[in-house]
Amino acid sequence: MTTTERVKPRMPDEVGVPDPFSYMHPVMKKNYGNWDWHDRPRPGVLHHVSKSGDEIWTVRAGTQRQMDVFTIRKLCDIGDEYADGHVRFTTRSNIEFMVADEAKVAPLVEALTGAGFPVGGTGASVTMISHTQGWLHCDIPGTDASGVVKGLMDLLHEEFIQEKMPNRVRITTSCCQINCGGQGDIAVNVQYTKPPKINHDLVANVCERPAVVARCPVAAIRPAMVNGKPSLEIDEKKCVCCGACYPPCPPMQINSDESTKIAIWVGGKHSNARSKPTFHKLAVANLPNNAPHWPEVVEVVKTIVQAYKKDAKHWERMGEWIERIGWNRFFEMTGLAFTKHHIDTWTGARKTMNTSAHVHF
Amino acid sequence: MKDSDAKQTVDGKDVHPTPQLDQLEDGPWPSFVTGLKKLRDEGSDNNRKIMNDLLGQLNHSYEKRLGFWKGGTVSVFGYGGGIIPRFSEVADRFPESREFHTLRVMPPAGNHYDTDILRKFCDIWEEHGSGLIAFHGQSGDIMFQGCSTENTQKAFDALNKIGFDLGGAGPALRTAMSCVGHARCEQSCYDEVRAHRTIINKLLDEMHRPALPYKFKFKFSGCANDCVNAVHRADFAVIGTWRDEIKINQEKVKEHVAEKGRKYTIDTVVNMCPTRAISLNDDDTLEIDNPSCVRCMHCINVMTKALSPGDDRGVSIMIGGKRSLKIGDLMGIMVVPFMKLESDEDFEKLEEFAENVVEFFADNALEHERVGETIDRIGLPAFLDALDIDVDPNMVNHPRTSSYVRTDDFDTEAAKWFERKAREAGLQIGAD
Repeated sequence: MTTTERVKPRMPDEVGVPDPFSYMHPVMKKNYGNWDWHDRPRPGVLHHVSKSGDEIWTVRAGTQRQMDVFTIRKLCDIGDEYADGHVRFTTRSNIEFMVADEAKVAPLVEALTGAGFPVGGTGASVTMISHTQGWLHCDIPGTDASGVVKGLMDLLHEEFIQEKMPNRVRITTSCCQINCGGQGDIAVNVQYTKPPKINHDLVANVCERPAVVARCPVAAIRPAMVNGKPSLEIDEKKCVCCGACYPPCPPMQINSDESTKIAIWVGGKHSNARSKPTFHKLAVANLPNNAPHWPEVVEVVKTIVQAYKKDAKHWERMGEWIERIGWNRFFEMTGLAFTKHHIDTWTGARKTMNTSAHVHF
Repeated sequence: MKDSDAKQTVDGKDVHPTPQLDQLEDGPWPSFVTGLKKLRDEGSDNNRKIMNDLLGQLNHSYEKRLGFWKGGTVSVFGYGGGIIPRFSEVADRFPESREFHTLRVMPPAGNHYDTDILRKFCDIWEEHGSGLIAFHGQSGDIMFQGCSTENTQKAFDALNKIGFDLGGAGPALRTAMSCVGHARCEQSCYDEVRAHRTIINKLLDEMHRPALPYKFKFKFSGCANDCVNAVHRADFAVIGTWRDEIKINQEKVKEHVAEKGRKYTIDTVVNMCPTRAISLNDDDTLEIDNPSCVRCMHCINVMTKALSPGDDRGVSIMIGGKRSLKIGDLMGIMVVPFMKLESDEDFEKLEEFAENVVEFFADNALEHERVGETIDRIGLPAFLDALDIDVDPNMVNHPRTSSYVRTDDFDTEAAKWFERKAREAGLQIGAD
């Protein structure tokens, strides 16, 4: 092929963030910034009223997030037949169908439910779990978030389709300690329990050693010659098993079938409603990474959700409930152990200690 | 159809048994495994081929309890980021999913779609990818998952032609998120779509050609309910708020009390106000001590018909939120307690401030350091000084408790404060 014949690469059109108005439901577009109030006629359905008098109903349904084209087309068919052809996704991968006519709500709910998409996730429900990529796609996963989520949502399905919790429950799962799934009322996260195992034959070729040394939060990694090859070594007494060295240096394998465990955290929230936003706190660690059903994890989540549902006051989030009853009673009610590992040892740890005579008995 | 039913794919390949994954097809929640299998059995030529081996590899992961992907470098013409490369470490056994890259694509602000555009996505991904799309990833992108290196450019070109662009990956400006906001929510305090598109589209070069010390994320929430989780996960969180009084429709308050009861109203509205700013009058109307209100949104959330944010609306900006790596999770710090966000000039001011913060980050952060960590390292006063931001009591929970500080210019600083207060009160001050 001569130069003149060579296919010229297509220059990208750097459009950036697309304008949403061409996709938005016309009633939403017309009333943009002019809404007046809302209510929830039934679980899974929102009703918004504009100052112009226009109304819109939103039907929210759960999805598996990782969707095949058949599932997406099925949702589109439902959107075309029963709704007005406009949808949006929530930050927790629920799909929302908007309709301008109340009469369309019931058939839409029925169509979605009939096609296997649970309608719910609004108000004081357990909504869809925000989660990470796991074994399906991540390069450093300790578990498969999609599988854990499937197991948990099967269990919590009833709480998704009704609004019977004290307040909304946001659950997250993360496949490594970086916690891409985020803070949650309940967070199900991988917890490494052993320092990385180093494949010294590969380190020199694969890893930028100074960058890996710099990545360690506790200065436990240092350069070393091992078997005559430049490599890295770990002071295992210092290592906190965070896994931060593994992404930039895959020969420092942090995962194993046995030592990769799961921890459950509680009481995180990003809303400022009532109390300030909080981080989640450790409830239990060292649960087995027991694919494909993770029964031990599911059991603990069930116990925590039930204790919260039974005991919290209306509008109290998980963390606010625990704050009121005290951690003492939280561990008592859930039957979980309080260990020395629950006492913080990290930067700023002192802020998490009780410096008052306030004690719950 | 369970694996035990079919031994060969329609293309005559042996179906990988997936006994672990098969167990995730039961139960009431939609199953991603069923979707993957449908692609394997009924998908396009391309989808079927990839999905048989992908399912094999995933089942292998479930058995070994380990992941088998490694990263690499894949990009499209003109861009340095936006593709997440994935190469299989077990490609000898599962060759057709050897390359399983993800295209991160920016959604329309607020995640609005119509069925027509979703169908176009499906057609493109059926032709060039695996047929698997996630709405959305945790950073806000549409995740077109599973593409060969060869098809990456073709898939991007097709998506780009219908008006979509790659998002961020690596040490770069990342894809942003905004809540539904103005489009449907009466609690929204600013035009999220405009703020989101103004900032990201202005800084697009930082997204497409990664050159920052590390990632930088913007998120836009219309009110303090913070539905896109900005405070926890954005380096630059824009959160809607208002300065004047909460709007009360007393007739609707009375209706709420009549419907829900006095005790319930006192328990859930009055007693849950974090600053004890609300009382219920004897005639079942509400009295709100607005100067004590912290705009937490709770009472408005409970009484959606009776209460709403005030009219003098704008945003708070919080800087430095991030996930665990490597000093532990950080929340954003209140840096701008209030910025009006209505006029063209207001938006220009926001855009300029965003550019300045990103520039500060580019100039001052160490490699692999998020801006919240930079602020921890140099101290908030140094950050404020660099960006020429006036201090404000709303930035702290309380003033310092340690006496170890040099205060010999305290009087000069105090004079600045009084001068500013006078200016804000509209008083004329000397020309010099």
